[in-house]
Amino acid sequence: MESNARMVEFAGYEMPVHFQSGIIKEHCHTRAHAGLFDISHMGQIRVSGDNVGTSLDRLVPGDISNLQLNRQRYTWLTNDQGGVIDDCMITNRGDHLLIVANASRKKHVLNHLKANLIECSIAELKDRALLALQGPKASKVIERFVPKAKHLPFMSSASSSIQGADCIMNRCGYTGEDGYEIMVHSDQVEEIARLFIAQKEVEPIGLGARDSLRLEAGLCLYGHDIDENTSPIEAGLDWVIAKKYLGRNAQPAIFPGANKILRDIRERPVCKRVGLVSEGRIPVREGAQLFNKAGDIVGRVTSGGFGPTVNSPVAMGYLNTKFAQPGTLLDAMVRNRLHPISVVNLPFVPHHYHK
Amino acid sequence: MTNLPTGLKYAESHEWADLDEQNIVKVGITDHAQEELGDLVFIELPEIGNRVSAGEQCAVVESVKAASDIYSPVSGVIVEVNGALLDSPEKVNDDAFSAWLFSVKIDNADELEKLMDADGYNAMINA
Repeated sequence: MESNARMVEFAGYEMPVHFQSGIIKEHCHTRAHAGLFDISHMGQIRVSGDNVGTSLDRLVPGDISNLQLNRQRYTWLTNDQGGVIDDCMITNRGDHLLIVANASRKKHVLNHLKANLIECSIAELKDRALLALQGPKASKVIERFVPKAKHLPFMSSASSSIQGADCIMNRCGYTGEDGYEIMVHSDQVEEIARLFIAQKEVEPIGLGARDSLRLEAGLCLYGHDIDENTSPIEAGLDWVIAKKYLGRNAQPAIFPGANKILRDIRERPVCKRVGLVSEGRIPVREGAQLFNKAGDIVGRVTSGGFGPTVNSPVAMGYLNTKFAQPGTLLDAMVRNRLHPISVVNLPFVPHHYHK
Repeated sequence: MTNLPTGLKYAESHEWADLDEQNIVKVGITDHAQEELGDLVFIELPEIGNRVSAGEQCAVVESVKAASDIYSPVSGVIVEVNGALLDSPEKVNDDAFSAWLFSVKIDNADELEKLMDADGYNAMINA
């Protein structure tokens, strides 16, 4: 609050939309240097039990029983219709799995896990905070406090400590840049956050830039690009379905909606998620209808705004696959007028994950 | 908080109005408004020749996060728009009281009496 944050209510929490600099500067700073995000509102859920990975395979398509120690995987908790209850990160922490869920879906996820994994111990870790440090300078900054963190592979986890505070470092993020998500006790997070912000490369970043960064990176936001009715195959996330469920020697898939999802892979869905770039400067936002040049409705926008790095309005949406080829010229309806828009490949900005 | 220009009149919807001798009123948005809106990325200006009424929506500003309506504080005909803002909407964030959006040839200068002066607007935003 000392840094002139503009606050807003989000999923029951008071969060900063932006700090003094504003969304555009915070966004660009993250891509050029390093941005610090407080994402403690997200849910951290500890799941343990005998063969807990096998238990999770009843609920997600990600082959968690074969997730190696200290590795992370992005996956979906699916429902019986083959849609998404939540998209989440699951980490194998040795004696337990750690699930990071969206703030708005925490309760749903907990209820779903408890109802279906009776044999497991499930607990939300309410005394843990989560910070994200993202950007090309993130590893240089982290290295000052945790030298070995520089070598942490992408999508891996390691226990460590920063100036005496125990923490868990995860090499992942939601911006498309290299970076870390850092779990630390709630009592110590303020001290750690101040330590990072004191580094010359680091600025505090609000939710506004968090959204524009993930949009440019082509990453889905639950409740907008994906929800209980979205198939992972429509969303273009075929890779979320583990290879062991595909092909000639396919193992039986028992996660909810598996039959529908596997059928989608074979038969291809009717619509798919695409990137969209406006010809002009008008942002095309969530809910906008998309038309072909003949005037038929062929899709809708699910996320849209302005991309400061590409310096253009950018959007994601779902289109009838006939019109979903990159280069297709369409029109978007904004305030009762049609504006030219074209289909492009995602992401809008190349990813810079650590190799 | 910088001092509000005292020569301007202000609408409750955060537009400012500046009357010149020829019954032309320049209209912009206040510094308070641009701060609330955040970084502007697009401004949809009215068409020259359009007739507007006081309180009528006639323009739109788009920030990174959302679109907001701009209301004409006076009645009359749009005679000029600030085309420079089409390429550089951020000029409004940089200096809201210089970056006028459009100007209106008004029917009746008395209408400006209905708007607030600087003290009145200051009191409103600080309430």
